[in-house]
Amino acid sequence: MKKYLLKRFVMSIITLWAIVTITFFLMHAIPGNPFAKEGKMPPVVYENLQKKYGLDKPLYQQYLIYLGNLVRGDFGESMKSRVETVNDMIERGFPVSARLGAQALVFALIFGPALGAMAALYQNKMPDYISMIVAIIGISVPSFVMGTFLIQFVAKNVSFLPIGGWGEFKHTILPSFALGLMPLATMARLMRSSMLEVLNQDYIKTAKSKGLTKFAVIMKHAVRNAILPVVSVLGITISNLLVGSFVIEKIFGIPGLGMFFVKSIGNRDYTLIMGTTVFYALILVLMLLLVDITYMLVDPRIRLTEEGH
Amino acid sequence: MTELTKEMFERASEEQRNAEKIRRPSIKYWPDVWRRLKQNKLAMVGLVLIILITVMAIAGPMISGYTYYEQDYSNINVKPNSDFWFGTDELGRDLFTRTWYGARYSLLIGILAAAIDFTVGILYGGIAGVSSRRVDSIMMRIAEVIYSIPYLLVVILMSVVFSSQGSGTSLFVIILAMTITDWVPMAILVRGQVLQLKEAEYSLASESLGADQGWILRKHIIPNTLGPILVNVTLTIPRAIFAEATLGFLGLGLQAPKSSLGSLANDGLAGMAVGLTYQIIFPALLISLIMFSFNVLGDGLRDALDPRLRK
Amino acid sequence: MENILDVKNLQVSFKTFFGEVEAVRDISFTVGKKETVAIVGESGCGKSVTASSIMQLLPMPPAFYKGGQILFKGEDIVKKTEREMQHIRGSKISMVFQDPMTSLNPTMKIGRQIVEGLMKHQHLSKKEANKKAIEMLKLVSVPQPEKRVNQYPHEFSGGMRQRVMIALAMVSNPELLIADEPTTALDVTVQAQILDLMKELQDKLNMSIILITHDLGVVADMSDKVIVMYAGQIVEQGTVNDIFKNPMHPYTIKLLASVPRLNMKRDESLNYIEGTPPDLYIPPKGCAFFDRCDHAMKVCKDYMPDPEYHSKEHYSRCWLNHPLAKDVRREGSVR
Repeated sequence: MKKYLLKRFVMSIITLWAIVTITFFLMHAIPGNPFAKEGKMPPVVYENLQKKYGLDKPLYQQYLIYLGNLVRGDFGESMKSRVETVNDMIERGFPVSARLGAQALVFALIFGPALGAMAALYQNKMPDYISMIVAIIGISVPSFVMGTFLIQFVAKNVSFLPIGGWGEFKHTILPSFALGLMPLATMARLMRSSMLEVLNQDYIKTAKSKGLTKFAVIMKHAVRNAILPVVSVLGITISNLLVGSFVIEKIFGIPGLGMFFVKSIGNRDYTLIMGTTVFYALILVLMLLLVDITYMLVDPRIRLTEEGH
Repeated sequence: MTELTKEMFERASEEQRNAEKIRRPSIKYWPDVWRRLKQNKLAMVGLVLIILITVMAIAGPMISGYTYYEQDYSNINVKPNSDFWFGTDELGRDLFTRTWYGARYSLLIGILAAAIDFTVGILYGGIAGVSSRRVDSIMMRIAEVIYSIPYLLVVILMSVVFSSQGSGTSLFVIILAMTITDWVPMAILVRGQVLQLKEAEYSLASESLGADQGWILRKHIIPNTLGPILVNVTLTIPRAIFAEATLGFLGLGLQAPKSSLGSLANDGLAGMAVGLTYQIIFPALLISLIMFSFNVLGDGLRDALDPRLRK
Repeated sequence: MENILDVKNLQVSFKTFFGEVEAVRDISFTVGKKETVAIVGESGCGKSVTASSIMQLLPMPPAFYKGGQILFKGEDIVKKTEREMQHIRGSKISMVFQDPMTSLNPTMKIGRQIVEGLMKHQHLSKKEANKKAIEMLKLVSVPQPEKRVNQYPHEFSGGMRQRVMIALAMVSNPELLIADEPTTALDVTVQAQILDLMKELQDKLNMSIILITHDLGVVADMSDKVIVMYAGQIVEQGTVNDIFKNPMHPYTIKLLASVPRLNMKRDESLNYIEGTPPDLYIPPKGCAFFDRCDHAMKVCKDYMPDPEYHSKEHYSRCWLNHPLAKDVRREGSVR
């Protein structure tokens, strides 16, 4: 298990490095100069700016410096904001985004698998149809559509639900819902099909032959096994949540990291784009690692094969 | 029971015995898939909607009599009426034309992205599958690394990099961005199928029964591989459309006056803020419908292709 | 002998897309106390459906009881509700399934799986349950039971898993054990061990066994009574001696001839029964073995013969038993 964890950890580092490298060279492949658009500026100012952001050095040196800074946790200066560094913005925006993401994930995790399991247990009956309708809406309606509709038809009519902004719990309800609906739907669908498969397994018959109640068979034998595929896609789910938050934060005017990211794209703040991208990648890689470890804990078979028995 | 006679105890002839060999009507694979797909009402609704939307995406921009770029300052922000079926935007452009024009781009992007994913995925996965274990393992590690990069993050980054400020993103870049990581699931799928089929007991069984390679390929490998791939393609299309729409919504879509459903929704969001809800409703509804159709069709296809689910 | 199970005219069908499949067509048999009854036949002959229907373990729908009774100690199982069945399953009737590799829950510890049913029926504490699980593993001769109870199924070999399955079935001292092809998925050497274990436990625990198998070698070893099924019907039934020494039905004869023997000559090929059993969604009117039988007569096509008793416990259903079939019998020299 230790060996496996180590291997996984090394893979994560490589992934992270790949993302950083790709991002760095992509950003530096942009034709033109980041300051060219700022109108005419005195050559001295221009030189100073070049120096400040290290743009006067050869590319490989810039790359090494950037890597070195990253290792020390320094994401660099923003090119547009003269007051805040990229680190400041991440510190300000991330807790907001993290809360939104966590709430959406919890929402999806509570209702998604439950809906899917219900659907499988009542295959081709009412609960199946209802949960599959919810699931189909969830995957068909993009979060930006869902978000705008929630504002238009729910927030405008329900007085205690604000149209946007951030601060109290009530601000988080609609955005969490809009953000969590798609992962919820994905999980529900996955759970349904995996549950249907598990219910046909021999060990379910064994469990029934022991005289267990239907409830016990389902909870202890079926759900426990059917949830494994759902756990295995948690990584991708989290990745989707992350990106989904850009859109949701934009619609609801939430001052999270996604908003900074979208803004940085809008005003071409290259260091901020790079910084947030790398930071997102870091979070994601960490989450994937976590999901893998979780998976190992819930599936005894993985634990052993990786131990090399 | 009738009277038993001596003749009845004569031996039965071969013909009489063979006549008894009634078998369950054997079911051919593809017609059966189609039959099961037809039974799935939701999938059929999806299929019909896809056809309708495709027809409208081709013909729609032509039938209203307006172009997607023509600005008419005397008709700004007009609510839907008999002249402008979906209303007009803040520049007086006809939203009916623009919406279907956008649908055209969205569908085009979806289909092209799926085609590229399909090609790259089959090549990469196929090569990995037939290569030595070492090469295969390296290729798969690379694919894993690429795939763990968040899809939309790359799409956004690519469109930032390859478009200069304020000019929008070209179709080429959008499709490139869409496909740069998204071919991986297809490659993994194809590789898995190839490996499985290389070892598969049933093709071994056929081989030992004297079937030639072509027959094995036609009867076993292709039906078993094509199914999951087809489903994957059907589900890639909505994913690409969704990604493009998100891009457009974030203001990174095609350059105006061109439109995609995502950029129309983005424009509509501004309209909604000032009470012009109709400006967002049509593109939003259409994109949801497209996503819905492809998803239910893909699901239906998957169910239909799996003979285990045969009822 | 007192009968613990009395199956009367049982009919079980499945509703499918193509119509009704009559999997079990009017079968009757009894199982006495401490008796072992073997049900043999090719795959698809209805033997497993029979076994599952005794426990009400068939998925319903598509399966349904079309008629008949299954009297377990005088009570009709066909009429029992799911809740009533839960008190019978695992405590009075237990089952061992064919494939030990898939019959155990991969994510639950072995010990837990063994005593799970018992914990429900007898409300054991955790400690007592663990003790019982170890005891059961000892009973089925799993080495190092103290360590093994806390392991997962994938850490066990096929034979060991089947031992676990047996322990699981035995844990509450059932009166009837249904073993559905318990050795089919196992190595030959392991098969014998499992059979020995079952016999040993039967003596110790005084239970009856229904042994479902297609392996006649297993049957000869274990059982008292043999039921030969074909296409959902019983074609011959008798004691082990009757069936092995004096088989009457052509199908039984062919089945026996298809068992590989140790004294076979080198160039002698294995006998097998040509053709396949009929599909039961249009069950044949007459004898289902008609098209594969070497002695088929005209009458066989449209009429199913009634059982003909050769001794008190031995009967077969074949027109060759009829006095009018003398000539065919002679020319074919079946018996």
